[in-house]
Amino acid sequence: MSFLSRLFEGNKKTKKSFAEKLKYIFTGSDIDEEFYEELEYCLLSSDISSQTCDAILESLREEIKSQKIKKTDDAKDALKGIMISILNRSQPSEVKTPAVIMVVGVNGVGKTTAIGKIANKLTSEGKKVLIAAGDTFRAAASSQLEVWAERAKVKIIKSAEGADPGAVVFDAIASAKAKGCDYLIVDTAGRLHNKANLMEELKKISRIVEREYPEAEYHKALVIDATTGQNALSQVKFFDEAVGITDLIVTKLDGTAKGGFVLSIASDYEVPIRYIGVGEGIDDLLPFSSKDFVDSII
Amino acid sequence: MGVFSGLGEKLNHIFSKLTKKGKLTELEIKNAMREVRVALLEADVNFMVAKDFIAKVTEKAIGEDILKSLTPGQQVIKIVRDELVELMGGTNAKLGVASTPPTVILMCGLQGAGKTTMCSKLAFNLKKQGKKPLLVACDIYRPAAIEQLKIGAKNADVQFFSEGTINPAKIAKDAVDYAKKYALDTVIIDTAGRLHIDETLMAELVEIKKATNPTEILLTIDAMLGQDAVNVAKEFDEKLEITGTIITKLDGDTRGGVALSVKAVTGKPIKFCGVGEKIGDLEPFYPDRMASRILGMGDVLTLIEKAQEAVSEEEMKKVEENIRKNTFTFDDFLVQFEQIKKMGNLTDLISMIPGVAGKIKDVDIDEKKLTKYKAIIQSMTKEERQNPDLIKASQKKRIAQGSASTIQEVNQLMKQFEQSKQMIKNLSGRNMQKMFGRKINF
Repeated sequence: MSFLSRLFEGNKKTKKSFAEKLKYIFTGSDIDEEFYEELEYCLLSSDISSQTCDAILESLREEIKSQKIKKTDDAKDALKGIMISILNRSQPSEVKTPAVIMVVGVNGVGKTTAIGKIANKLTSEGKKVLIAAGDTFRAAASSQLEVWAERAKVKIIKSAEGADPGAVVFDAIASAKAKGCDYLIVDTAGRLHNKANLMEELKKISRIVEREYPEAEYHKALVIDATTGQNALSQVKFFDEAVGITDLIVTKLDGTAKGGFVLSIASDYEVPIRYIGVGEGIDDLLPFSSKDFVDSII
Repeated sequence: MGVFSGLGEKLNHIFSKLTKKGKLTELEIKNAMREVRVALLEADVNFMVAKDFIAKVTEKAIGEDILKSLTPGQQVIKIVRDELVELMGGTNAKLGVASTPPTVILMCGLQGAGKTTMCSKLAFNLKKQGKKPLLVACDIYRPAAIEQLKIGAKNADVQFFSEGTINPAKIAKDAVDYAKKYALDTVIIDTAGRLHIDETLMAELVEIKKATNPTEILLTIDAMLGQDAVNVAKEFDEKLEITGTIITKLDGDTRGGVALSVKAVTGKPIKFCGVGEKIGDLEPFYPDRMASRILGMGDVLTLIEKAQEAVSEEEMKKVEENIRKNTFTFDDFLVQFEQIKKMGNLTDLISMIPGVAGKIKDVDIDEKKLTKYKAIIQSMTKEERQNPDLIKASQKKRIAQGSASTIQEVNQLMKQFEQSKQMIKNLSGRNMQKMFGRKINF
């Protein structure tokens, strides 16, 4: 199933009314101020920041002027082009193994679920994967990850609740080396990015990976919930400052939220979106396509 | 910085431009409102909600009385604030109690909103009030969700009910029967996170509702939600007729405009806030306080509560008395430092003081400096602390040496002390009690 049909699935009612609204925007009538207002509404309601929205509409005005576009339906492709080019600024590169993927994010974004899906995807590609249960804080977090590990048929290194996550990661690295794993995926506890002590803990875990496993390509993936609003930008900023984010994973795109904040992120950071999550099933993980993503917004 | 302070800062900035002028034109109000709109959007207030809000406030603000008044900016702020309070729900709403026990509380929401954590917090809170809550595990889908709730029940020291992964409506029904049998007065039902557009799972919630006849159906909402929050809230409300909402993760740095949006589309009160990961991190939602914070008018009530916890009555009485007698000494100054430190993070606290939130960025609140000042004061003799006039050049040198600081720093402290003394004198002259209640002196 394609990215787009997945995005639309189970979501037809909302998408339809939205599409209908858009039909009135791109009617083929003359371009006027009302057209820009309608577009602004459309962009803002997908959680694109008002600053990015202004920038996009500004570029559109210029393009409309320079290309002498007169009708609203002709402006649609120009608009999509602008948005796609913002998103295409950074693309995920091929991962060299052995690799460590440390998965970070605020509470409840779906880190553990995403790890289950990624592990499954990599195993199905014939890779050898090990998971480290680095969330030793939340009640039953490692049990939750264990279930996903079973589903994905990969091994998991875990410790008791309240144990030092650094120690778990240390053990997992030793085990990954001994077993000759292609990927080590590290789960971490959800943490609000404005809590300095928790971010320090994350830095510590990260230092252990750097010190103990220098030969591995080190990815630090930030998971962001698609239903998030402008706070997504703050999450990227703080997690990036703490450990240096290399990849984004946007989850819960199967709902009605559009996740338009990724356009603002793409404007300010060179961090590619590696995966998107579109459901609770183990296969509900897809590579990101900027074209399909923009199609879901306009 | 507290929630909403960013928005408050912006509004302060906007209105500081207005307040400087004597009178307002219709155009100026409209310009200010345009900036208010951007601020609201940046705070994730829903587009349509923001639009309605702006229209209402603009209409109220553009009136002859306002335009002719001496401080139109102040009046506009008042209108914005009042409108915000109204939008977020007037007064604080308490949990309902069933006429015949048990009271059933059904929790619902999207995945990852924090329902399971919130269930344990609610149970803990109710238990503290002398209730006997039962936590019921009806999330039969997410791996280890049942186990998580079980641990939560243990932490809250309340009873736990689970029948594994059978039909959730049946589990819920059995749990209510169990509560009746064992005289447990409150049943809190945890349910799986679900998308509001997932018809099968939404129907499941309706079934649980039918089976248990809940007094409260509480929608748990993540404070970081964006524009889509209105769709989520509307859908849950239409299907379940929720009785209220709980906003979680308010300890983050999100501006939480979702509080405005959700209240506006459902009309249902916000009953609690989650403010941390610990089991006691639950607070009631106070719309008036939140509105004041949004506007940078300061959360005076919260500040007073914090101060009351931190400062002993006796200490305060002494300081007050000294102020009245105009004998404010370094000892009193020291007491104030201690209070401030006990109240927690300085920047947070100061942002709650009325009129300060917007200026906080210009003020360098150096907590290390406080420690240094403390050391300096402690290097003074008893007599010097009581009578600062005794401190001359040679005394300063001794004090600086004793506290490992420079003479400049001692001078700085002396200056600060004089300023504080003057400020406090002015404040008490202008009926400080009325401003801060009895126990706060800055």
